Amino acid sequence: MAIRKCTLSALVWLLSVSPWVQASPSDIANQGLGENIAPCSSCHGAHGEGNAAAGFPRLAGLGAPYLEAQLDAFASGARENAVMQPIASALSTDQRSAMATYYSQLSAEGAQASKGQSDNPPDTGAELAEHGRWANDIPACVQCHGPAGVGVGEHFPALAGQPAAYLEGQLRAWRNGKRPGGPMGLMASIAAKLDESDIKPVAQYFAAQSPAPAKGLDHE
Amino acid sequence: MSNRIPLLTVAVSFAMLAAVIFWVGTRDQSAPTPAQAKTANAAPAARGDTTESATKSEDVAVSGNAASERSEPLPGAAQPGAASAADDFAPPARSEIPDDEFGAMVRKGRDIFTDTQQHADQFVGNDLQCANCHLDEGRRPDSAPLWAAWAMYPAYRGKNKHVNDFAERIQGCFRYSMNGTPPPRGDEVLVALESYAYWLASGAPVAKNLPGRGYPELEAPEQPPSFTRGKQVFADHCALCHGSDGQGQRAADGSLAFPPLWGPRSYNWGAGMHRVNTAAGFIKANMPLGAATLSDQQAWDVARFIDSQERPQDPRFTGSVSETAEQYHGEHSMYGQTVNGVVLGQDAPPSGTAAKVNQP
Repeated sequence: MAIRKCTLSALVWLLSVSPWVQASPSDIANQGLGENIAPCSSCHGAHGEGNAAAGFPRLAGLGAPYLEAQLDAFASGARENAVMQPIASALSTDQRSAMATYYSQLSAEGAQASKGQSDNPPDTGAELAEHGRWANDIPACVQCHGPAGVGVGEHFPALAGQPAAYLEGQLRAWRNGKRPGGPMGLMASIAAKLDESDIKPVAQYFAAQSPAPAKGLDHE
Repeated sequence: MSNRIPLLTVAVSFAMLAAVIFWVGTRDQSAPTPAQAKTANAAPAARGDTTESATKSEDVAVSGNAASERSEPLPGAAQPGAASAADDFAPPARSEIPDDEFGAMVRKGRDIFTDTQQHADQFVGNDLQCANCHLDEGRRPDSAPLWAAWAMYPAYRGKNKHVNDFAERIQGCFRYSMNGTPPPRGDEVLVALESYAYWLASGAPVAKNLPGRGYPELEAPEQPPSFTRGKQVFADHCALCHGSDGQGQRAADGSLAFPPLWGPRSYNWGAGMHRVNTAAGFIKANMPLGAATLSDQQAWDVARFIDSQERPQDPRFTGSVSETAEQYHGEHSMYGQTVNGVVLGQDAPPSGTAAKVNQP
Protein backbone atom coordinates (compact mmCIF):
# COMPACT_ATOMS: atom_id res chain seq x y z
CA MET A 1 0.00 0.00 0.00
CA ALA A 2 2.76 2.38 1.01
CA ILE A 3 4.70 1.42 -2.07
CA ARG A 4 1.67 2.06 -4.25
CA LYS A 5 1.20 5.46 -2.65
CA CYS A 6 4.84 6.20 -3.20
CA THR A 7 4.64 5.18 -6.84
CA LEU A 8 1.58 7.35 -7.29
CA SER A 9 3.20 10.42 -5.77
CA ALA A 10 6.31 9.76 -7.85
CA LEU A 11 4.11 9.64 -10.89
CA VAL A 12 2.32 12.85 -9.93
CA TRP A 13 5.64 14.51 -9.29
CA LEU A 14 7.00 13.30 -12.60
CA LEU A 15 3.99 14.64 -14.42
CA SER A 16 4.19 17.98 -12.69
CA VAL A 17 7.84 18.53 -13.59
CA SER A 18 7.54 17.00 -17.06
CA PRO A 19 4.49 18.72 -18.40
CA TRP A 20 5.70 18.23 -22.01
CA VAL A 21 4.97 14.56 -21.57
CA GLN A 22 1.30 15.15 -22.13
CA ALA A 23 0.57 18.89 -22.21
CA SER A 24 -2.42 19.48 -24.45
CA PRO A 25 -2.47 22.38 -26.89
CA SER A 26 -5.04 23.98 -24.63
CA ASP A 27 -2.64 23.65 -21.66
CA ILE A 28 0.19 25.18 -23.63
CA ALA A 29 -2.08 27.98 -24.84
CA ASN A 30 -3.28 28.88 -21.37
CA GLN A 31 -0.53 27.78 -18.99
CA GLY A 32 2.58 27.68 -21.11
CA LEU A 33 5.16 24.94 -20.91
CA GLY A 34 8.22 24.87 -18.70
CA GLU A 35 10.47 27.88 -18.43
CA ASN A 36 10.82 28.73 -22.07
CA ILE A 37 7.22 28.78 -23.16
CA ALA A 38 4.97 31.47 -21.80
CA PRO A 39 1.23 30.92 -22.18
CA CYS A 40 0.20 31.96 -25.70
CA SER A 41 -2.85 33.59 -24.14
CA SER A 42 -0.73 36.12 -22.28
CA CYS A 43 -0.18 37.94 -25.56
CA HIS A 44 -2.72 36.48 -27.99
CA GLY A 45 -5.67 36.48 -25.57
CA ALA A 46 -7.66 33.75 -23.89
CA HIS A 47 -9.51 32.97 -27.10
CA GLY A 48 -6.70 33.74 -29.52
CA GLU A 49 -8.32 37.07 -30.25
CA GLY A 50 -5.09 39.06 -30.16
CA ASN A 51 -4.37 42.38 -28.52
CA ALA A 52 -4.86 45.49 -30.60
CA ALA A 53 -3.24 47.92 -28.17
CA ALA A 54 -0.04 45.89 -28.00
CA GLY A 55 -0.10 44.87 -31.66
CA PHE A 56 -0.34 41.12 -31.02
CA PRO A 57 -2.21 39.39 -33.83
CA ARG A 58 -5.35 37.34 -33.66
CA LEU A 59 -4.73 33.62 -34.18
CA ALA A 60 -8.30 32.35 -33.81
CA GLY A 61 -9.73 30.92 -37.00
CA LEU A 62 -6.64 31.35 -39.16
CA GLY A 63 -5.69 28.38 -41.36
CA ALA A 64 -3.74 25.59 -39.66
CA PRO A 65 -1.16 25.24 -42.47
CA TYR A 66 -0.58 28.98 -42.34
CA LEU A 67 -0.11 29.04 -38.56
CA GLU A 68 2.15 26.00 -38.64
CA ALA A 69 4.31 27.53 -41.35
CA GLN A 70 4.68 30.65 -39.19
CA LEU A 71 5.70 28.68 -36.10
CA ASP A 72 8.21 26.73 -38.17
CA ALA A 73 9.58 29.97 -39.61
CA PHE A 74 9.91 31.51 -36.14
CA ALA A 75 11.72 28.39 -34.97
CA SER A 76 14.17 28.42 -37.86
CA GLY A 77 14.66 32.17 -37.64
CA ALA A 78 13.40 32.69 -41.19
CA ARG A 79 10.70 34.89 -39.70
CA GLU A 80 12.57 37.15 -37.34
CA ASN A 81 10.88 37.77 -34.02
CA ALA A 82 12.68 38.01 -30.69
CA VAL A 83 9.64 36.92 -28.67
CA MET A 84 8.37 34.10 -30.85
CA GLN A 85 11.71 32.60 -31.84
CA PRO A 86 12.57 31.01 -28.45
CA ILE A 87 9.00 29.89 -27.92
CA ALA A 88 8.65 28.26 -31.31
CA SER A 89 12.01 26.56 -31.12
CA ALA A 90 11.20 25.15 -27.68
CA LEU A 91 8.15 23.43 -29.14
CA SER A 92 8.59 20.16 -30.98
CA THR A 93 7.51 19.88 -34.60
CA ASP A 94 4.45 17.96 -33.48
CA GLN A 95 3.61 20.53 -30.84
CA ARG A 96 3.84 23.35 -33.38
CA SER A 97 1.49 21.44 -35.60
CA ALA A 98 -0.90 20.79 -32.70
CA MET A 99 -0.88 24.46 -31.65
CA ALA A 100 -1.63 25.51 -35.22
CA THR A 101 -4.59 23.16 -35.37
CA TYR A 102 -5.79 24.32 -31.95
CA TYR A 103 -5.90 28.00 -32.91
CA SER A 104 -7.32 27.33 -36.36
CA GLN A 105 -10.31 25.75 -34.67
CA LEU A 106 -11.07 28.64 -32.35
CA SER A 107 -13.87 30.86 -33.55
CA ALA A 108 -13.11 34.26 -34.97
CA GLU A 109 -16.47 35.34 -33.52
CA GLY A 110 -14.90 36.06 -30.14
CA ALA A 111 -12.15 38.05 -31.76
CA GLN A 112 -13.32 41.59 -31.35
CA ALA A 113 -10.21 43.04 -29.79
CA SER A 114 -9.06 44.91 -32.85
CA LYS A 115 -12.37 46.11 -34.12
CA GLY A 116 -12.86 49.82 -34.19
CA GLN A 117 -9.23 50.59 -33.47
CA SER A 118 -9.21 52.79 -36.55
CA ASP A 119 -12.68 53.92 -37.44
CA ASN A 120 -11.68 56.32 -40.15
CA PRO A 121 -8.98 54.70 -42.25
CA PRO A 122 -7.71 56.90 -45.06
CA ASP A 123 -9.32 56.46 -48.48
CA THR A 124 -5.99 55.53 -50.02
CA GLY A 125 -5.97 52.39 -47.87
CA ALA A 126 -9.42 51.38 -49.10
CA GLU A 127 -8.45 52.04 -52.72
CA LEU A 128 -5.41 49.78 -52.51
CA ALA A 129 -7.19 47.11 -50.48
CA GLU A 130 -10.27 46.94 -52.69
CA HIS A 131 -8.83 47.72 -56.13
CA GLY A 132 -5.09 47.25 -55.95
CA ARG A 133 -2.85 49.30 -58.21
CA TRP A 134 -2.52 47.39 -61.44
CA ALA A 135 -0.29 49.99 -63.00
CA ASN A 136 2.32 48.54 -60.63
CA ASP A 137 1.00 44.96 -60.94
CA ILE A 138 -0.46 45.09 -57.45
CA PRO A 139 -3.73 43.14 -57.22
CA ALA A 140 -6.39 44.18 -54.75
CA CYS A 141 -5.59 42.71 -51.31
CA VAL A 142 -9.18 41.43 -51.11
CA GLN A 143 -8.72 39.31 -54.23
CA CYS A 144 -6.71 36.83 -52.19
CA HIS A 145 -7.70 37.70 -48.61
CA GLY A 146 -11.45 37.89 -49.30
CA PRO A 147 -13.92 40.79 -49.06
CA ALA A 148 -12.83 43.16 -46.29
CA GLY A 149 -10.00 40.72 -45.56
CA VAL A 150 -12.14 37.95 -44.04
CA GLY A 151 -9.64 35.34 -45.25
CA VAL A 152 -9.78 32.63 -47.90
CA GLY A 153 -9.11 28.97 -47.25
CA GLU A 154 -6.07 27.71 -45.42
CA HIS A 155 -3.35 29.77 -47.04
CA PHE A 156 -4.75 33.30 -47.20
CA PRO A 157 -5.15 34.48 -43.61
CA ALA A 158 -7.77 36.91 -42.45
CA LEU A 159 -6.55 40.49 -42.18
CA ALA A 160 -9.83 41.90 -40.92
CA GLY A 161 -9.50 43.28 -37.44
CA GLN A 162 -5.81 42.49 -37.08
CA PRO A 163 -3.94 45.23 -35.22
CA ALA A 164 -2.81 47.97 -37.59
CA ALA A 165 0.66 47.98 -36.02
CA TYR A 166 0.95 44.25 -36.63
CA LEU A 167 -0.10 44.46 -40.30
CA GLU A 168 2.23 47.38 -40.85
CA GLY A 169 5.07 45.47 -39.24
CA GLN A 170 4.53 42.47 -41.50
CA LEU A 171 4.56 44.53 -44.70
CA ARG A 172 7.82 46.07 -43.56
CA ALA A 173 9.23 42.67 -42.60
CA TRP A 174 8.59 41.39 -46.13
CA ARG A 175 10.19 44.47 -47.58
CA ASN A 176 13.24 43.99 -45.36
CA GLY A 177 13.54 40.24 -45.90
CA LYS A 178 12.71 39.47 -42.27
CA ARG A 179 9.77 37.26 -43.08
CA PRO A 180 9.58 34.49 -45.70
CA GLY A 181 7.63 35.58 -48.75
CA GLY A 182 4.83 33.08 -48.22
CA PRO A 183 3.54 30.61 -50.81
CA MET A 184 5.17 31.31 -54.19
CA GLY A 185 6.79 34.36 -52.59
CA LEU A 186 3.56 36.26 -53.28
CA MET A 187 3.67 38.61 -50.32
CA ALA A 188 7.35 39.44 -50.64
CA SER A 189 6.72 40.36 -54.26
CA ILE A 190 3.69 42.51 -53.46
CA ALA A 191 5.26 44.23 -50.45
CA ALA A 192 8.27 45.15 -52.58
CA LYS A 193 5.98 46.92 -55.05
CA LEU A 194 4.27 49.04 -52.39
CA ASP A 195 5.21 52.63 -51.74
CA GLU A 196 6.22 53.56 -48.23
CA SER A 197 3.12 55.77 -48.11
CA ASP A 198 0.84 52.81 -48.86
CA ILE A 199 1.70 50.85 -45.76
CA LYS A 200 -0.01 52.70 -42.94
CA PRO A 201 -3.30 53.41 -44.74
CA VAL A 202 -3.77 49.84 -45.95
CA ALA A 203 -2.94 48.45 -42.49
CA GLN A 204 -5.46 50.84 -40.96
CA TYR A 205 -8.09 49.83 -43.49
CA PHE A 206 -7.93 46.16 -42.54
CA ALA A 207 -7.63 46.89 -38.83
CA ALA A 208 -10.97 48.67 -39.04
CA GLN A 209 -12.83 45.73 -40.61
CA SER A 210 -14.94 43.34 -38.57
CA PRO A 211 -13.00 40.11 -37.88
CA ALA A 212 -16.09 37.90 -37.80
CA PRO A 213 -17.70 37.94 -41.23
CA ALA A 214 -21.43 37.62 -41.63
CA LYS A 215 -22.05 34.53 -43.72
CA GLY A 216 -23.64 36.06 -46.75
CA LEU A 217 -23.96 32.85 -48.73
CA ASP A 218 -24.33 29.40 -47.31
CA HIS A 219 -22.24 27.61 -49.89
CA GLU A 220 -19.90 25.50 -47.89
CA MET B 1 0.96 100.14 -89.64
CA SER B 2 -1.24 97.98 -91.77
CA ASN B 3 1.28 95.16 -91.16
CA ARG B 4 1.21 95.53 -87.40
CA ILE B 5 -2.50 95.08 -86.86
CA PRO B 6 -2.66 91.52 -88.19
CA LEU B 7 0.49 90.67 -86.21
CA LEU B 8 -1.06 92.01 -83.03
CA THR B 9 -4.27 90.12 -83.77
CA VAL B 10 -2.35 86.90 -84.24
CA ALA B 11 -0.44 87.42 -80.99
CA VAL B 12 -3.59 88.17 -79.01
CA SER B 13 -5.37 85.18 -80.57
CA PHE B 14 -2.50 82.95 -79.58
CA ALA B 15 -2.54 84.19 -76.03
CA MET B 16 -6.29 83.66 -75.80
CA LEU B 17 -6.02 80.20 -77.31
CA ALA B 18 -3.31 79.28 -74.84
CA ALA B 19 -5.44 80.54 -71.97
CA VAL B 20 -8.42 78.51 -73.15
CA ILE B 21 -6.31 75.39 -73.58
CA PHE B 22 -4.92 75.85 -70.08
CA TRP B 23 -8.40 76.38 -68.66
CA VAL B 24 -9.81 73.30 -70.36
CA GLY B 25 -6.78 71.31 -69.26
CA THR B 26 -7.22 72.15 -65.61
CA ARG B 27 -10.95 71.42 -65.77
CA ASP B 28 -10.29 68.02 -67.34
CA GLN B 29 -8.14 67.04 -64.43
CA SER B 30 -10.72 67.88 -61.80
CA ALA B 31 -14.05 66.62 -63.10
CA PRO B 32 -15.93 66.01 -66.31
CA THR B 33 -17.36 69.23 -67.68
CA PRO B 34 -21.12 69.52 -67.95
CA ALA B 35 -20.67 69.21 -71.71
CA GLN B 36 -18.81 65.91 -71.31
CA ALA B 37 -21.41 64.54 -68.95
CA LYS B 38 -24.15 65.53 -71.37
CA THR B 39 -22.39 63.80 -74.25
CA ALA B 40 -21.98 60.73 -72.10
CA ASN B 41 -25.69 60.74 -71.35
CA ALA B 42 -26.83 61.19 -74.89
CA ALA B 43 -24.61 58.77 -76.70
CA PRO B 44 -25.88 55.42 -75.40
CA ALA B 45 -29.40 56.41 -76.37
CA ALA B 46 -28.21 57.25 -79.84
CA ARG B 47 -26.40 53.93 -80.13
CA GLY B 48 -29.42 52.14 -78.77
CA ASP B 49 -31.47 53.51 -81.66
CA THR B 50 -29.05 52.18 -84.20
CA THR B 51 -28.95 48.75 -82.62
CA GLU B 52 -32.72 48.33 -82.72
CA SER B 53 -32.49 47.17 -86.29
CA ALA B 54 -29.57 44.84 -85.68
CA THR B 55 -30.06 41.16 -86.28
CA LYS B 56 -31.71 39.54 -83.33
CA SER B 57 -30.41 36.10 -82.77
CA GLU B 58 -31.00 33.67 -79.95
CA ASP B 59 -28.22 31.50 -81.25
CA VAL B 60 -25.46 33.90 -80.39
CA ALA B 61 -22.23 32.20 -81.25
CA VAL B 62 -19.76 34.69 -79.97
CA SER B 63 -16.84 33.38 -78.08
CA GLY B 64 -15.14 35.24 -75.26
CA ASN B 65 -12.08 34.78 -77.36
CA ALA B 66 -10.09 37.90 -77.87
CA ALA B 67 -7.54 36.19 -80.06
CA SER B 68 -10.14 35.60 -82.74
CA GLU B 69 -11.31 39.19 -82.23
CA ARG B 70 -7.87 40.27 -83.19
CA SER B 71 -8.01 38.25 -86.35
CA GLU B 72 -11.22 40.03 -87.27
CA PRO B 73 -10.39 43.71 -87.19
CA LEU B 74 -12.72 46.17 -88.78
CA PRO B 75 -11.77 47.26 -92.28
CA GLY B 76 -9.23 50.01 -91.98
CA ALA B 77 -8.49 49.26 -88.34
CA ALA B 78 -4.89 49.33 -87.22
CA GLN B 79 -3.18 45.97 -87.20
CA PRO B 80 -2.07 44.51 -83.85
CA GLY B 81 1.29 45.82 -82.83
CA ALA B 82 1.09 48.69 -85.29
CA ALA B 83 0.34 51.22 -82.58
CA SER B 84 3.20 52.68 -80.59
CA ALA B 85 3.35 53.22 -76.85
CA ALA B 86 2.34 56.82 -77.48
CA ASP B 87 -1.09 55.50 -78.47
CA ASP B 88 -1.64 53.80 -75.10
CA PHE B 89 -5.09 54.56 -73.85
CA ALA B 90 -6.01 54.97 -70.20
CA PRO B 91 -9.62 54.74 -69.04
CA PRO B 92 -10.98 57.44 -66.72
CA ALA B 93 -10.27 57.05 -63.00
CA ARG B 94 -12.79 55.15 -60.89
CA SER B 95 -13.65 58.33 -59.06
CA GLU B 96 -14.68 60.09 -62.26
CA ILE B 97 -17.99 58.32 -62.81
CA PRO B 98 -20.45 61.22 -63.13
CA ASP B 99 -22.99 61.84 -60.36
CA ASP B 100 -26.07 61.76 -62.54
CA GLU B 101 -28.52 59.28 -64.08
CA PHE B 102 -25.95 58.04 -66.57
CA GLY B 103 -23.37 57.64 -63.82
CA ALA B 104 -25.85 55.58 -61.82
CA MET B 105 -26.16 53.18 -64.77
CA VAL B 106 -22.37 53.04 -65.12
CA ARG B 107 -22.08 52.11 -61.44
CA LYS B 108 -24.73 49.44 -61.91
CA GLY B 109 -22.73 48.05 -64.81
CA ARG B 110 -19.54 48.04 -62.77
CA ASP B 111 -21.30 46.23 -59.91
CA ILE B 112 -22.66 43.59 -62.31
CA PHE B 113 -19.21 43.24 -63.80
CA THR B 114 -17.45 42.69 -60.49
CA ASP B 115 -20.18 40.71 -58.70
CA THR B 116 -22.13 39.07 -61.47
CA GLN B 117 -23.47 36.40 -59.14
CA GLN B 118 -25.09 39.03 -56.96
CA HIS B 119 -26.36 41.48 -59.56
CA ALA B 120 -27.20 39.38 -62.62
CA ASP B 121 -27.88 36.03 -61.01
CA GLN B 122 -30.81 35.20 -63.30
CA PHE B 123 -28.49 35.14 -66.32
CA VAL B 124 -25.57 33.24 -64.80
CA GLY B 125 -25.18 29.45 -64.77
CA ASN B 126 -21.83 29.06 -63.05
CA ASP B 127 -19.61 30.53 -60.34
CA LEU B 128 -17.74 33.07 -62.44
CA GLN B 129 -17.73 36.86 -62.48
CA CYS B 130 -17.03 39.02 -65.53
CA ALA B 131 -14.02 40.41 -63.67
CA ASN B 132 -12.44 36.95 -63.34
CA CYS B 133 -11.25 37.11 -66.95
CA HIS B 134 -11.32 40.90 -67.35
CA LEU B 135 -9.06 41.89 -64.47
CA ASP B 136 -9.12 45.17 -62.59
CA GLU B 137 -12.84 45.64 -63.27
CA GLY B 138 -12.30 45.45 -67.02
CA ARG B 139 -9.56 48.08 -66.97
CA ARG B 140 -6.36 46.04 -67.28
CA PRO B 141 -4.53 45.96 -70.63
CA ASP B 142 -3.92 42.43 -72.00
CA SER B 143 -6.83 41.22 -69.90
CA ALA B 144 -9.53 41.92 -72.52
CA PRO B 145 -10.24 45.44 -71.22
CA LEU B 146 -13.69 46.83 -71.94
CA TRP B 147 -12.33 50.19 -73.13
CA ALA B 148 -10.52 48.47 -76.00
CA ALA B 149 -13.49 46.31 -76.97
CA TRP B 150 -16.21 48.96 -76.96
CA ALA B 151 -15.29 50.86 -80.10
CA MET B 152 -14.52 47.72 -82.16
CA TYR B 153 -18.19 46.88 -82.57
CA PRO B 154 -20.29 46.38 -84.64
CA ALA B 155 -17.98 43.81 -86.21
CA TYR B 156 -18.29 40.73 -88.37
CA ARG B 157 -17.45 37.61 -86.39
CA GLY B 158 -16.41 34.44 -88.12
CA LYS B 159 -17.75 32.43 -85.24
CA ASN B 160 -21.39 33.24 -85.91
CA LYS B 161 -20.93 34.58 -89.42
CA HIS B 162 -22.74 37.87 -89.06
CA VAL B 163 -22.15 41.38 -87.86
CA ASN B 164 -22.45 41.60 -84.08
CA ASP B 165 -23.08 44.77 -82.14
CA PHE B 166 -21.63 45.20 -78.66
CA ALA B 167 -24.84 44.07 -76.95
CA GLU B 168 -24.78 40.78 -78.84
CA ARG B 169 -21.12 40.38 -77.95
CA ILE B 170 -21.98 40.65 -74.24
CA GLN B 171 -24.85 38.22 -74.70
CA GLY B 172 -22.25 35.78 -75.97
CA CYS B 173 -20.27 36.16 -72.74
CA PHE B 174 -23.35 35.20 -70.73
CA ARG B 175 -24.15 32.23 -72.92
CA TYR B 176 -20.66 30.76 -73.02
CA SER B 177 -18.25 32.14 -70.43
CA MET B 178 -20.97 32.53 -67.80
CA ASN B 179 -22.70 29.32 -68.95
CA GLY B 180 -26.01 31.09 -68.55
CA THR B 181 -28.89 32.70 -70.39
CA PRO B 182 -28.17 35.91 -72.30
CA PRO B 183 -30.04 38.96 -70.98
CA PRO B 184 -32.56 40.00 -73.63
CA ARG B 185 -31.86 43.08 -75.70
CA GLY B 186 -32.93 46.16 -73.75
CA ASP B 187 -32.65 44.43 -70.38
CA GLU B 188 -31.17 46.72 -67.77
CA VAL B 189 -28.29 44.29 -67.13
CA LEU B 190 -27.22 44.64 -70.73
CA VAL B 191 -27.73 48.41 -70.78
CA ALA B 192 -25.74 48.77 -67.57
CA LEU B 193 -22.83 46.72 -68.90
CA GLU B 194 -22.86 48.68 -72.16
CA SER B 195 -22.88 51.93 -70.20
CA TYR B 196 -19.94 50.81 -68.11
CA ALA B 197 -17.92 49.76 -71.16
CA TYR B 198 -18.82 52.95 -72.99
CA TRP B 199 -17.79 55.08 -70.02
CA LEU B 200 -14.48 53.23 -69.66
CA ALA B 201 -13.83 53.97 -73.33
CA SER B 202 -14.35 57.74 -72.84
CA GLY B 203 -12.03 59.43 -75.30
CA ALA B 204 -10.90 56.23 -77.03
CA PRO B 205 -10.72 56.32 -80.81
CA VAL B 206 -13.43 54.44 -82.68
CA ALA B 207 -12.57 51.34 -84.73
CA LYS B 208 -8.96 51.38 -83.66
CA ASN B 209 -7.23 48.27 -82.41
CA LEU B 210 -5.78 49.76 -79.22
CA PRO B 211 -2.65 48.29 -77.61
CA GLY B 212 -3.67 45.98 -74.75
CA ARG B 213 -6.87 44.83 -76.44
CA GLY B 214 -7.90 41.23 -75.81
CA TYR B 215 -5.22 38.85 -74.57
CA PRO B 216 -1.75 38.66 -76.08
CA GLU B 217 -1.30 36.14 -78.85
CA LEU B 218 1.61 33.91 -77.93
CA GLU B 219 4.03 32.52 -80.47
CA ALA B 220 3.61 28.80 -81.07
CA PRO B 221 5.49 27.01 -78.27
CA GLU B 222 8.83 25.29 -78.86
CA GLN B 223 7.37 21.99 -77.72
CA PRO B 224 3.73 21.04 -78.37
CA PRO B 225 1.64 21.88 -75.27
CA SER B 226 1.71 18.96 -72.86
CA PHE B 227 -1.00 17.82 -70.45
CA THR B 228 1.59 16.15 -68.24
CA ARG B 229 3.88 19.16 -67.96
CA GLY B 230 0.80 21.36 -67.56
CA LYS B 231 -0.39 19.28 -64.64
CA GLN B 232 2.90 20.02 -62.87
CA VAL B 233 2.73 23.73 -63.66
CA PHE B 234 -0.80 23.75 -62.26
CA ALA B 235 0.29 22.05 -59.04
CA ASP B 236 3.23 24.45 -58.63
CA HIS B 237 1.66 27.77 -59.61
CA CYS B 238 -2.14 27.55 -59.72
CA ALA B 239 -3.43 25.09 -57.13
CA LEU B 240 -2.69 27.40 -54.19
CA CYS B 241 -5.60 29.62 -55.24
CA HIS B 242 -7.72 27.53 -57.61
CA GLY B 243 -7.41 24.35 -55.53
CA SER B 244 -5.71 21.11 -56.52
CA ASP B 245 -9.06 20.04 -58.01
CA GLY B 246 -9.38 23.30 -59.98
CA GLN B 247 -12.69 24.10 -58.31
CA GLY B 248 -11.64 27.42 -56.83
CA GLN B 249 -12.13 28.67 -53.28
CA ARG B 250 -14.62 30.75 -51.37
CA ALA B 251 -13.84 33.39 -48.77
CA ALA B 252 -14.78 33.00 -45.11
CA ASP B 253 -18.00 34.95 -45.78
CA GLY B 254 -19.07 32.45 -48.45
CA SER B 255 -18.42 34.75 -51.39
CA LEU B 256 -16.48 33.62 -54.46
CA ALA B 257 -12.77 34.28 -54.12
CA PHE B 258 -10.94 32.18 -56.72
CA PRO B 259 -12.95 30.92 -59.70
CA PRO B 260 -13.38 27.28 -60.68
CA LEU B 261 -11.44 26.53 -63.87
CA TRP B 262 -13.37 23.44 -64.93
CA GLY B 263 -16.29 21.30 -63.87
CA PRO B 264 -20.01 22.13 -63.83
CA ARG B 265 -19.56 25.62 -62.32
CA SER B 266 -16.97 26.94 -64.78
CA TYR B 267 -17.08 28.26 -68.38
CA ASN B 268 -18.56 25.92 -70.96
CA TRP B 269 -17.21 24.27 -74.10
CA GLY B 270 -18.29 27.22 -76.22
CA ALA B 271 -16.41 29.92 -74.26
CA GLY B 272 -13.34 31.54 -75.78
CA MET B 273 -11.31 30.55 -72.74
CA HIS B 274 -11.82 26.86 -73.58
CA ARG B 275 -9.44 27.36 -76.50
CA VAL B 276 -5.89 26.53 -75.45
CA ASN B 277 -4.35 29.50 -77.28
CA THR B 278 -6.74 32.00 -75.67
CA ALA B 279 -6.20 30.60 -72.18
CA ALA B 280 -2.43 30.53 -72.73
CA GLY B 281 -2.46 34.23 -73.68
CA PHE B 282 -4.54 35.16 -70.66
CA ILE B 283 -2.40 33.09 -68.31
CA LYS B 284 0.88 34.39 -69.66
CA ALA B 285 -0.17 38.01 -69.25
CA ASN B 286 -2.04 37.73 -65.96
CA MET B 287 -1.33 34.61 -63.90
CA PRO B 288 -0.41 34.08 -61.12
CA LEU B 289 -2.23 37.23 -60.08
CA GLY B 290 0.17 40.12 -59.69
CA ALA B 291 3.15 37.84 -60.27
CA ALA B 292 2.78 36.78 -63.92
CA THR B 293 6.08 34.98 -64.23
CA LEU B 294 5.31 31.85 -66.24
CA SER B 295 7.27 31.18 -69.42
CA ASP B 296 5.40 30.93 -72.72
CA GLN B 297 5.89 27.18 -72.66
CA GLN B 298 4.50 26.91 -69.12
CA ALA B 299 1.50 29.03 -70.10
CA TRP B 300 0.78 26.80 -73.12
CA ASP B 301 1.24 23.63 -71.07
CA VAL B 302 -1.00 24.66 -68.19
CA ALA B 303 -3.64 26.00 -70.59
CA ARG B 304 -3.63 22.63 -72.32
CA PHE B 305 -4.06 20.91 -68.94
CA ILE B 306 -6.90 23.17 -67.79
CA ASP B 307 -8.72 23.01 -71.12
CA SER B 308 -8.47 19.21 -71.21
CA GLN B 309 -10.91 18.91 -68.29
CA GLU B 310 -14.63 18.32 -68.57
CA ARG B 311 -16.89 21.37 -68.35
CA PRO B 312 -20.49 22.25 -69.25
CA GLN B 313 -21.59 21.26 -72.74
CA ASP B 314 -21.31 23.60 -75.72
CA PRO B 315 -24.73 25.30 -75.97
CA ARG B 316 -24.59 24.63 -79.73
CA PHE B 317 -24.38 20.88 -79.07
CA THR B 318 -26.01 19.02 -81.95
CA GLY B 319 -26.46 15.79 -80.04
CA SER B 320 -23.15 14.41 -81.24
CA VAL B 321 -19.77 15.37 -79.83
CA SER B 322 -17.91 14.60 -83.04
CA GLU B 323 -20.40 16.56 -85.13
CA THR B 324 -20.32 19.53 -82.72
CA ALA B 325 -16.51 19.41 -82.70
CA GLU B 326 -16.44 19.30 -86.50
CA GLN B 327 -18.86 22.19 -86.83
CA TYR B 328 -17.67 24.57 -84.11
CA HIS B 329 -14.28 23.63 -82.73
CA GLY B 330 -10.95 24.42 -84.33
CA GLU B 331 -7.37 23.37 -83.87
CA HIS B 332 -6.94 24.95 -80.43
CA SER B 333 -9.94 23.18 -78.89
CA MET B 334 -9.65 19.95 -76.96
CA TYR B 335 -13.40 19.33 -77.32
CA GLY B 336 -14.07 15.91 -78.85
CA GLN B 337 -10.48 14.82 -78.36
CA THR B 338 -9.55 11.81 -76.29
CA VAL B 339 -7.56 12.62 -73.14
CA ASN B 340 -6.62 9.85 -70.71
CA GLY B 341 -9.04 7.53 -72.45
CA VAL B 342 -12.01 9.87 -72.23
CA VAL B 343 -13.61 11.81 -75.10
CA LEU B 344 -13.91 15.40 -73.86
CA GLY B 345 -17.47 16.67 -74.16
CA GLN B 346 -18.89 13.17 -73.87
CA ASP B 347 -19.62 13.47 -70.15
CA ALA B 348 -20.19 17.22 -70.12
CA PRO B 349 -22.92 18.45 -67.78
CA PRO B 350 -25.68 20.18 -69.77
CA SER B 351 -24.98 23.82 -70.55
CA GLY B 352 -26.75 26.64 -68.78
CA THR B 353 -28.62 24.40 -66.38
CA ALA B 354 -26.10 23.48 -63.72
CA ALA B 355 -27.71 23.68 -60.31
CA LYS B 356 -26.12 25.92 -57.73
CA VAL B 357 -23.97 24.03 -55.29
CA ASN B 358 -25.40 23.72 -51.75
CA GLN B 359 -27.80 26.59 -52.15
CA PRO B 360 -29.76 27.25 -48.95
